[in-house]
Amino acid sequence: MPKTAPRRARRRGPRRHTRRDRAVLCVLLGLPILLDLVLVWGPTMASVGLSFTDWDGVGDITWAGLGNYAHLFTDYPQFWPAVRNNLLWLAALGLLATPFGLLLAALIDRGVRFSRFYQSTLYMPVVLSLAVVGFIAQLILSRDQGALNALLGGGKDPVDWLGDPDLNIWMILLAACWRHTGYVMILYLAGLKSVDPTLKEAAAIDGATERQTFFRVVLPALRPVNVIVGVITVVEALRAFDIVYAVNKGRNGLELLSVLVTDNIVGEASRIGFGSAIAVVLLLVSLGFIVTYLVQELRGEERR
Amino acid sequence: MPRRSLLRGMAAGAGAVALPSLLAACGDGPGDGVTLGSNASDTVPKRAYADAFAAYEKKSKKPVKVNTVNHENFQENINRYLQGTPDDVFTWFAGYRMQYFARKGLLADISDLWRKFEGFSDAVRKQSTGEDGKQYFVPYYYYPWAVFHRKSVFRTRGYEIPENFDQYRALARQMQKDGLTPFAFGDKEGWPAMGTFDYLDMRANGYDFHIALMRGEKSWTSPQVRQVFDLWRSLLPYHQKGANGRTWQEAAQSLQGKKAGMAVLGLQHPGQPFTSENRADLDLFPFPEIDPAFGKEAVEAPMDGFLMAKKARHREAARDLLAFLATPQAELAYLKRDPNNVAANGGAGTQSYDALQKKAVRLVAGARQISQFMDRDTRPDFASTVLIQALQQFIGDPDDIDGLVNSIERQKKQIFAAD
Repeated sequence: MPKTAPRRARRRGPRRHTRRDRAVLCVLLGLPILLDLVLVWGPTMASVGLSFTDWDGVGDITWAGLGNYAHLFTDYPQFWPAVRNNLLWLAALGLLATPFGLLLAALIDRGVRFSRFYQSTLYMPVVLSLAVVGFIAQLILSRDQGALNALLGGGKDPVDWLGDPDLNIWMILLAACWRHTGYVMILYLAGLKSVDPTLKEAAAIDGATERQTFFRVVLPALRPVNVIVGVITVVEALRAFDIVYAVNKGRNGLELLSVLVTDNIVGEASRIGFGSAIAVVLLLVSLGFIVTYLVQELRGEERR
Repeated sequence: MPRRSLLRGMAAGAGAVALPSLLAACGDGPGDGVTLGSNASDTVPKRAYADAFAAYEKKSKKPVKVNTVNHENFQENINRYLQGTPDDVFTWFAGYRMQYFARKGLLADISDLWRKFEGFSDAVRKQSTGEDGKQYFVPYYYYPWAVFHRKSVFRTRGYEIPENFDQYRALARQMQKDGLTPFAFGDKEGWPAMGTFDYLDMRANGYDFHIALMRGEKSWTSPQVRQVFDLWRSLLPYHQKGANGRTWQEAAQSLQGKKAGMAVLGLQHPGQPFTSENRADLDLFPFPEIDPAFGKEAVEAPMDGFLMAKKARHREAARDLLAFLATPQAELAYLKRDPNNVAANGGAGTQSYDALQKKAVRLVAGARQISQFMDRDTRPDFASTVLIQALQQFIGDPDDIDGLVNSIERQKKQIFAAD
């Protein structure tokens, strides 16, 4: 038994904290936890609770059971387009903008000519708020007065880039990707700078092609950056709001769950219960994606 | 009951309810004189209101403290604003949109003030009255909706003012032949198309049906409503294409630029792109008759004015200000700077009006009924979460009327069942 004795002693370690240490710990841990409960979990739980009620923001709150959800899934024509658009957003940012940002980062990191220029040009949109990107998109894409139709010549029946519900989501995704690509690029550039160059040299000596070096050596070394980029992409896709709200208040083809929440909750006569039900759906979707993603990433981390 | 208070506690915990009112409370301390919350954030109305309040301050020697909030934000926050610490008096709209807050007990009853008011017509009085028969609203100005056009275009092309729907359609056809877009049309904001629906419904089915429909008492799947959409569909080929991507300002510009022949808009709107020289060229005619049984007796004339909050802190000062704002001279002080509206008080002299304003006055004076506008005649939540989207969907795809009216009706039942 003597072997275990020191370990047990170490386990008893925390008890050696003085009263003051404990007080400091309580404050340092307690305050953030309290803030988290009040500012994050409180509202979240309130939304969940309210989603089972009817409330107009003034009068009594009445219990509605699952009524809001039933109505949402069956009789609310904007709901499924919004879900579809949210998923499209996720796909566009995740499968197009992110790989493209990585490609640009890799190219710039290799040191193409004028790389400083490209770097700053591509990063420029990131400093703009998405709402501003929305206003710029309108200047370019407006049917009658937009720059794009003026360039195309327009003719008698110019393309209605922002008014046609089959087209406008793609145009807005393009604008959103424009900004997201720069964001991803800058993150990967920072990551690429930190990859040990001797790794690449070793790969070259082993006879790896440049492609092989990139996919087998550099990219795995970028794993921590990948996690960050992945989470940022999912978060950006699910919180998308400002750009569609700036363009047409998120109606007529640009529906998003976040817009439906706002439509129902913010306003003169609020449908707070119904809006909360939409918010809960958005919460579940977000949790689903973020939790799955993080669990996989962390598992991958353990495996190595 | 405990469940209810629990839920309320949860909502309060969210801070969502308390925060805006706390912020509002920071804005204005309980100073002297009356405070006034204004949604007139655009330059022209803001300066015009300032003129009117200055006239009051000069007359009464009492200060008015104006808190101007961005127009859209003011509307979006009105609920929490009225439950928090609202200003004593605030700008708002007549009709159902006012009655809604009266029913919630958030407005002060000013029936006794109304007994002393002079110059308001019965129709105006009706729009200022809550469902309980008491008056809450001080009407200030209104702006009728009509069909706007350029005199010069009608003169050079020899167009006649259409009296009924057939002539209206024939005129549109003729304009198209002449290379004009018959109707300038933009509905990007969601509301401009409402005016066309309202007129089609009131002309085809009468004012009473329209109001009952707006109050949720009639079915949207009824043959009457289908007929409205059918009539509208027959006109859509003469409208500017791509309306859902165009703002009303852009539509008004095509009327101003003589690219379009007509536009169904409110008095406030089409004149904006016109320069002062060619403003005299803008003219209006009433929306043509569809069913002779109803003729052209209803006019859509949204009315803006003032309300007093139930929670007003300077009650006497507020009532004094309201009494002043109901007078013709207060309205004229405003209209001098913003001539895109017409005074609600019939006693206001029309000498200073331009030809278009005078025509608007005659239009409303001859009306048997006055509607307020779709989003003021029905529940705000129904208008903003169902009707805006439905009308845009119709404009984009006018052929699926069945699906459209069924969807509206299902959502209507859900929303109107909430109270």
